[in-house]
Amino acid sequence: MAQDDNGGHELTTANSSAVEHARAGDPGTAVIVQDAVPNPGFPTHRPRITDINPVKQRRAERVVYTLFYLSIVGSIWAIAAYMMFPIESSDPGSVRLNTLFIGLGIALALLAIGIGAVHWGKALMYEQEGIDLRHPVRGSEVTIERAVEIFQEADQESGFSRRTVVRNSLIGALIAFPLPAIVLFRGLGPQNQNPVTLLSHTMWKAGTRLTRDPEGTPIKATDVTLGSAFHVIPEGLNETPDPLEEKAKAAVLLMRLNPADLNVSPARKTWNYNGIVAYSKICTHVGCPVALYEQQTHHLLCPCHQSQFDITHEAKVIFGPAKRPLPQLPITVDAEGYLVARSDFTEPVGPSFWERN
Amino acid sequence: MSTTTAAPRAAKKGGFTAAAANYLEDRTSMSAAVREFGRKIFPDHWSFLLGEVALYSFIVILLSGTFLTFFFQASQASVIYDGSFVPLKGVEMSSAMSSTLNISFDIRGGLLMRQVHHWAALLFVASIGLHMLRIYFTGAFRKPRELNWVIGFVLFILAMAEGFTGYSLPDDLLSGNGLRIIDGLIKGIPLVGTWISFLLFGGEFPGTAIVGRLYTLHILLLPALVLAMIALHLLFVVVHKHTQYAGPGRTQENVIGYPVLPVYAAKAGGFFFIVFGVVVLMASFFTINPIWNYGPYDPSPVSAGTQPDWYIGFADGALRLIPPGWEFVWLNHTWSFNILTPLIVIGVFIVLVMFYPFIESWITGDRREHHILDRPRNAPTRTAIGAAGVTFYAGLWAAASSDLIATHFMLTIEGVIHAIQAIVVLGPFVAFFIAKRVCLALQKKDRSIALHGYESGRIVRLPGGEYIEVHERLDEYERWRLVSFESYQPLMLRPNSRGKITVGQRVRAGISRWFFEDRIAPVTMRELEEGHGHH
Amino acid sequence: MRAKTHTPGRTVRKTGRRHPLATIALIAIGLGLTGGAYAAFNTSTASAEPAAASQQSVDQGKKIFMSNCATCHGLSASGTANGPSLIGVGAAAVDFQVGTGRMPMAMNGPQAQQKPVQFTGSDISALADYVASLAPGPGIPNASLLDTTQGNAANGGELFRTNCAMCHNVAGAGGALTEGKFAPALSGVSAQHIYEAMVTGPQNMPVFNDSNISPSGKRDIITYLKYIEKNPSPGGFALGDLGPVAEGLFLWIFGLGSIVALTVWITAKSN
Repeated sequence: MAQDDNGGHELTTANSSAVEHARAGDPGTAVIVQDAVPNPGFPTHRPRITDINPVKQRRAERVVYTLFYLSIVGSIWAIAAYMMFPIESSDPGSVRLNTLFIGLGIALALLAIGIGAVHWGKALMYEQEGIDLRHPVRGSEVTIERAVEIFQEADQESGFSRRTVVRNSLIGALIAFPLPAIVLFRGLGPQNQNPVTLLSHTMWKAGTRLTRDPEGTPIKATDVTLGSAFHVIPEGLNETPDPLEEKAKAAVLLMRLNPADLNVSPARKTWNYNGIVAYSKICTHVGCPVALYEQQTHHLLCPCHQSQFDITHEAKVIFGPAKRPLPQLPITVDAEGYLVARSDFTEPVGPSFWERN
Repeated sequence: MSTTTAAPRAAKKGGFTAAAANYLEDRTSMSAAVREFGRKIFPDHWSFLLGEVALYSFIVILLSGTFLTFFFQASQASVIYDGSFVPLKGVEMSSAMSSTLNISFDIRGGLLMRQVHHWAALLFVASIGLHMLRIYFTGAFRKPRELNWVIGFVLFILAMAEGFTGYSLPDDLLSGNGLRIIDGLIKGIPLVGTWISFLLFGGEFPGTAIVGRLYTLHILLLPALVLAMIALHLLFVVVHKHTQYAGPGRTQENVIGYPVLPVYAAKAGGFFFIVFGVVVLMASFFTINPIWNYGPYDPSPVSAGTQPDWYIGFADGALRLIPPGWEFVWLNHTWSFNILTPLIVIGVFIVLVMFYPFIESWITGDRREHHILDRPRNAPTRTAIGAAGVTFYAGLWAAASSDLIATHFMLTIEGVIHAIQAIVVLGPFVAFFIAKRVCLALQKKDRSIALHGYESGRIVRLPGGEYIEVHERLDEYERWRLVSFESYQPLMLRPNSRGKITVGQRVRAGISRWFFEDRIAPVTMRELEEGHGHH
Repeated sequence: MRAKTHTPGRTVRKTGRRHPLATIALIAIGLGLTGGAYAAFNTSTASAEPAAASQQSVDQGKKIFMSNCATCHGLSASGTANGPSLIGVGAAAVDFQVGTGRMPMAMNGPQAQQKPVQFTGSDISALADYVASLAPGPGIPNASLLDTTQGNAANGGELFRTNCAMCHNVAGAGGALTEGKFAPALSGVSAQHIYEAMVTGPQNMPVFNDSNISPSGKRDIITYLKYIEKNPSPGGFALGDLGPVAEGLFLWIFGLGSIVALTVWITAKSN
């Protein structure tokens, strides 16, 4: 089919490509230009230099086989590099050399094959272009008629459209049979838990000590000097069975500001301790840890979507896509001077969810 | 084959190769396939190779990915790292992270394969994107190829899904925060969000199930779908035969190019090795996803510059652009429009792109087959719509790197976000206007060149004292490229069989008028002859 | 553009909390407020205690202060509208701010920028001695706290990711803050300056006192930073350690760019 059997010239010259393959019933809206410029047909073929000049041809051959030999060199080099550049324990430099030299060998092997093959195709293979004829994608009317006939015969023989009760009950059964799969997927989450309940509570309780992340050592109020920021987890978090899930809700940032800078609402009068405040680190937008604390501006920035919270105004949102302020953890000190929570957060932490209100 | 010279002369016609071919032919009748495809013609143009880049990078992904599966452990069971990388020694992490570190630091060539896999993945999605742009701007999606556009678009979505699931597997800090964002996104969906997140993560975030589940999707379900879609995509390419650019001798009824055997096979086959080679070269020189810097996932830390891989950037950017306060409690439920708006806008954008071929054919009323590609300038409104879409996407994409733009160009984050908000909302209109005007201007230039030829720069003084610049006329082959396009008219409003004009018809006619009102007609023979007269 | 217009000669400076030096003022106020607690804390870190400075050095420092710093910080270093008080900021703050070229400020802007150092080493230590003589404050860390051979890089990495990476990036490549401020890249910063930054909290950086991150923890962090600085990325060129954005840009421009160039070669007519 690919032969140049049309010679390029018996092809109908297109008066306008708009009309040449139009079928009845498909007028489109193209303007049919009566005196459009005609398709000039194929230009005369210009031979390549390798077609005329045998010296150039031999040179091209040389280039191609040299590349293929080079590829073999590359492969052997990669194998040699595997042995010559082992990975030494504790030396990332050796990993770098191993990666680099094995990779260079493989890359050389691949590129040389590729460039050689393409060069062969371009410079040496017969390069007269061929022509395929196109036919409309739609099959011939005969084929289509026969297909319709087959369906009709099948319908007749099975009674698919005649026996409506049989057909409809089958359709019903086919709709019903995948339904059990849906309930099976309920098992993806633990059966006896409800996410809404889980999301509404964290590990913090009245009296839980604030401890350093990740060591878990308790923090005295006097440790928190002005301008400090402590990354905090609840005491005992590292000993819980699922510390990451607990941490994903309970992570807190502890900061000390000049009490005069804090604008505290009446309900939260007792939630800070001498200007030491604790806020949930989990962004109320989609949950990234908000921990970029600027100790002069008292702004908190989320590095994921740039929400900004003003700690002097109870973590009110001042920029970015978040809506709600970061929940504040009410804190005080215990008898030994360690910082403790007064209670759990008074609202769910982290991203919003449907059942939250 | 010279190797068979010593063999008995049983296989008379050509020795071993012929014998093997005969053996296979008796059992497969494969000669029919060779006869059908062996000399099939493929047109030659650089932009037709972009889809091949995608195909080849997918093969590279399959090869390197298979290697990685032999070592990777898709488990979040906690282990203490005891491999070669000193700054993580003794750190508690998941098996997934630890095995990925072992691939990187304790298996020779392992890091190379990881980097090959990741670079090839970025290339896979990028080449699909570029391929789609080529298809769009040349109108290659028109009948009979609308369905193949949809299949290709589904492949683009699947490729992004493959990418995202793969990105999340090492369970490092970067990907863990990526999953955290996905969790937050899902929770923002009304009614079902909380439960979908709960089921997806197998309980509370982060849980211990997600890596295993994503792994199943990443190496089983999604690759199977991608392979099936690629098979379908290529089947349609064979059925439709490839499109071609307008050129002398080329018509809607032929395909001009090189036969599969041997030239196309040499070039396309060679190109596979070239793409593979370029990927390996990148992987040997350039670090990608240094999970050893990110460390294991922990819900408390985060890195500055936490971003997804480039193809998810537009979604992350959309999240960043929402102004504060788009969340309400209504009917005792939380409506997170700061999350829903990006989801809806991106969803609508995806649907519009996916079904664009049907939308355009409805507007134009054109139901003919098209095998000759449009030059973008010859379809000004389509090109302008494309430019608007690209601007919109690029704005969202740029927003995902707002923090890096701010630090590298000494700007404020707030300023960058506000500027990109303006670009995303207004930019598409500006881009539409500019692109359309540029297209029309280029068409006018083509027209004038076709009629009068190129300006030669040679000034001649006529006997009467008049100076003129000599124009060099085009030969008919060059001219054909400039004049062989179609000009369309807006749809006419005509009463239907019951003598009525429906609202739908009015809308369609209105859009059609908008689509086609500015147009430049191709040069006709008469104009050409008159043009001759002038000089 | 970050305030390029402001020339050193102009005296108009931002005042109030946003002033880059306000951190030092805050520390000073903090000292006043926490009083005894601070002293207790300071004694617990005897290793960072300022060494007794010679009177000669203090005098020399005072001279340098009067001619270079007093315009903004006041003749008695107790601050003016243009600059915070330096009483109690300690030698560490002086060594960091002057030793990295951040002070004296050349121009106003979202934050004081690192630039070529304006004073010699002995001038800087004289200045530090003078400021330290005004009131006790964090001293210049002694060499054993900066000795990376004694540090634990793994512990340092963990502390760095928890306390520092959110602003400075996990690989210390720096990152953006609000309103044009930024956390600088950490490669090339000396161990001493890293330590001093942690204890003094320059500009908007929070203070990491010794009860937050212990002196040995700080040494571990420095060990980690020096480890990743000394050992280039095992995967090859690190593309600025900027993460997926740099990788994506590289892929589109160089990866796909070179492949497209090759497609043009493949389909070009051979001559």
